[in-house]
Amino acid sequence: MEPVLRVRRLRKHYGAGGGLVRAVDDVDLDVAPGEALAVVGPSGCGKSTLLHMLGALDRPDGGRVWLGGERIDRLSETAAARLRRRAIGFVFQAFHLVDELTARENVELPALLAGASPRAARRRAAALLDRVGLADRAGHLPAALSGGQRQRVAVARALVNDPGLLLADEPTGNLDTAAAGDVLRLFAELRAEGRTLVVVTHDARIAAAADRLITMRDGAFVDQTVFAPSGLV
Amino acid sequence: MGRIILICRLARHDLRRRPAQALLLLLAVAAAATTLTLGLLVRAAADDPWERTRAATAGPDAVATASDARSLRALAKADGVTGALRPLPTVAARLGVRDVAVNAVVQGRDVAAGSIDQPFVTSGAWLRPGSVVVERAFADALRVRPGDAVTLAGRRFTVAGIAVTTGRAPYPSSTPGLIWTTRADAARLPAAQRRWTMPLRLADPSAAPAFAARHPGVTPWQDLSAYATAELRLTNNALISGAWALAILAGLCVALLVGGRLAEQGRRVGLLKAAGATPAVVAVTLLAEHLAVALAAAALGLLAGRAAAPLLSGPNAGLLAGDGPALTPGITAAVLLFAVAVTATATAFPALRGARVSTAHALRDPVRPPRRVGVPPGLPVTLLLGLRIAARRVRRTVLAALSTAVTVAMIVAALAMNREAARKDGRTTGPDFVPGAGNPVTERVTQIILVLAAAMLLLAAVNAILTAWTTTLDTKRTSALARALGATPRQITGGLAAAHLIPATIAATAGIPLGLLINKAAHAAAGSSTTTQIPLLWLAAVLPAALAATTALTAVPLRKAATHPIAPTLTAP
Repeated sequence: MEPVLRVRRLRKHYGAGGGLVRAVDDVDLDVAPGEALAVVGPSGCGKSTLLHMLGALDRPDGGRVWLGGERIDRLSETAAARLRRRAIGFVFQAFHLVDELTARENVELPALLAGASPRAARRRAAALLDRVGLADRAGHLPAALSGGQRQRVAVARALVNDPGLLLADEPTGNLDTAAAGDVLRLFAELRAEGRTLVVVTHDARIAAAADRLITMRDGAFVDQTVFAPSGLV
Repeated sequence: MGRIILICRLARHDLRRRPAQALLLLLAVAAAATTLTLGLLVRAAADDPWERTRAATAGPDAVATASDARSLRALAKADGVTGALRPLPTVAARLGVRDVAVNAVVQGRDVAAGSIDQPFVTSGAWLRPGSVVVERAFADALRVRPGDAVTLAGRRFTVAGIAVTTGRAPYPSSTPGLIWTTRADAARLPAAQRRWTMPLRLADPSAAPAFAARHPGVTPWQDLSAYATAELRLTNNALISGAWALAILAGLCVALLVGGRLAEQGRRVGLLKAAGATPAVVAVTLLAEHLAVALAAAALGLLAGRAAAPLLSGPNAGLLAGDGPALTPGITAAVLLFAVAVTATATAFPALRGARVSTAHALRDPVRPPRRVGVPPGLPVTLLLGLRIAARRVRRTVLAALSTAVTVAMIVAALAMNREAARKDGRTTGPDFVPGAGNPVTERVTQIILVLAAAMLLLAAVNAILTAWTTTLDTKRTSALARALGATPRQITGGLAAAHLIPATIAATAGIPLGLLINKAAHAAAGSSTTTQIPLLWLAAVLPAALAATTALTAVPLRKAATHPIAPTLTAP
């Protein structure tokens, strides 16, 4: 099966000389469609930088990235934005909801950016908020929501354009145990739907629920564990 | 003592770290301080040339004119008159110089110097038979010099000299222009009507207006002074009005700068407070660095104003120039106080507000959570983003809109003044005016309008750039997030541009009637009931011009905000 995400000799360095930091150092990676991949490692090992380059949020210094067979490591800003709105959903540790928009407006935002009509965007947002159990909080501002609720809104927002790939950066890092459990259940549902998940995490429960676990240190993959056959390994 | 050193050190480091912002602040306050200095210096200098000329010519306390000499001789014996010249024959004649012909007022004078209203010769010599002396402003317009030949009513004369007087306002404040001949030569000139002029010395010069009210045909020296210095006073009024407008723009500039700096430095404020700085220390640090720049700007403004003042305060050629306006301690203190007051007022509110934010909140940044304002549903996404961004910071949007409104209003007022000047220029044609000589009064007013318009546009440009810069700082994270969610740089730039253009359109539209009102008020203050009509096409062009300028000035910072790297912004602490 063709990998949905393919990475070859990906590299991102900061600084120079004695101060050179190899955030991501010549890594290769293939992610199969529907696979749930967890990336773990100590803080500063390059997990988030890797995720940003996989989602075309950041440009690599070297190497290549393909998403669905399309090279995405050298896209223009506009092309990268169009790719993200069409094919990638993001979930961030800090939620990154727009403070002055309600939960429903936050979820609608990527749909509106993608050109959906206001009515269609509202319908999709309402359905997704219902799915994450926040239909009754749709009109609330982020400040009126708990951490777990904000992250569920962020997940709903990531799904509004129905992307095939979901990238999550420490999605439970700011949540208590109960809220983290809610997010985990959501991810399990998404995995069951056949979406491809790449999750950077410190959370052992997320790591254990993945199909495959990659451990990073100093910008390189140092270990790989396959929990379930996915057809790639 | 330690605290003062700390505040100075923090202020110095902050200024050195942001030289561009310090420069913008310096420019804004210096422009306003220069205009104020000019206004004060020109006002102080307005009376000097007339007084100097009056002293040099033994200027009259009043001037009487009549169609017969007998009534004037009777007036010379009236109560309160202590001296008078023998009535001077005055006739209108056609003056010819080279190929130019213009009406002139010819006044017959004694060859010997008189005790009252003796014209002061600035070039050449006083009268001798067969020669004329030309009033200096008239001579300038005619471009005649001693030794040139002229004709009066077809008779040939030689220009013996050029002189100034306070017995009559200089050309073109008074028309036709004035020429002196000997009494005998004046008597020989053919004239349809002869009049007589008699300069008077009064026992109480300050009571000259009351004396004039009792005796028809008498003009008090106060009126002569007002006519002669009207040009400088007009210039001064324009400068003072401009200084007020510039002060408002400079204040807005400082407020925008401080607001932007707080948006940028919210976390730094939190760190300072976490390290033990009190709100007062944080506020005083900001105040100190802005006041330091304001004082430097005021000093620059004083120097620039002092250097430019002679260009604007030089008297009409018909009066004697002095040493030029001087920077008195009073003017210096007023300008310094003005710069400090504008800066302190504009800094105090945002500085105190920033300093009062809780430490934990400041550390999280931003300093103040954006407010939510409802926008109509179903708008295009770019417009939606723009409205949301504009609504985030209502105070900043209002400040920026105020800046646009004041600028547009003053530009409309300047257009009206320019139109008025052109209209006056249009009137300076006819047999009493020297063809092609121009009008020094309107020329100077036009210069002032240009200088003020340039200063205002400069400040408005600084404000527009500052607004764009503070908006990009404030929306950095939101813009990065929107791009992460699929917004293209063009959508972000479009949204940010809409955030500027929507309030700018409203403000510019409001600025047009405001400018017309200012023009009307200026006319009312000058005692005129008529107002200048500005062509509709000019007014219609103001709005697109203002919006085009706003777009051009904000394009670079907004575009930069839309292309800022996403990942570092979203992962920043």
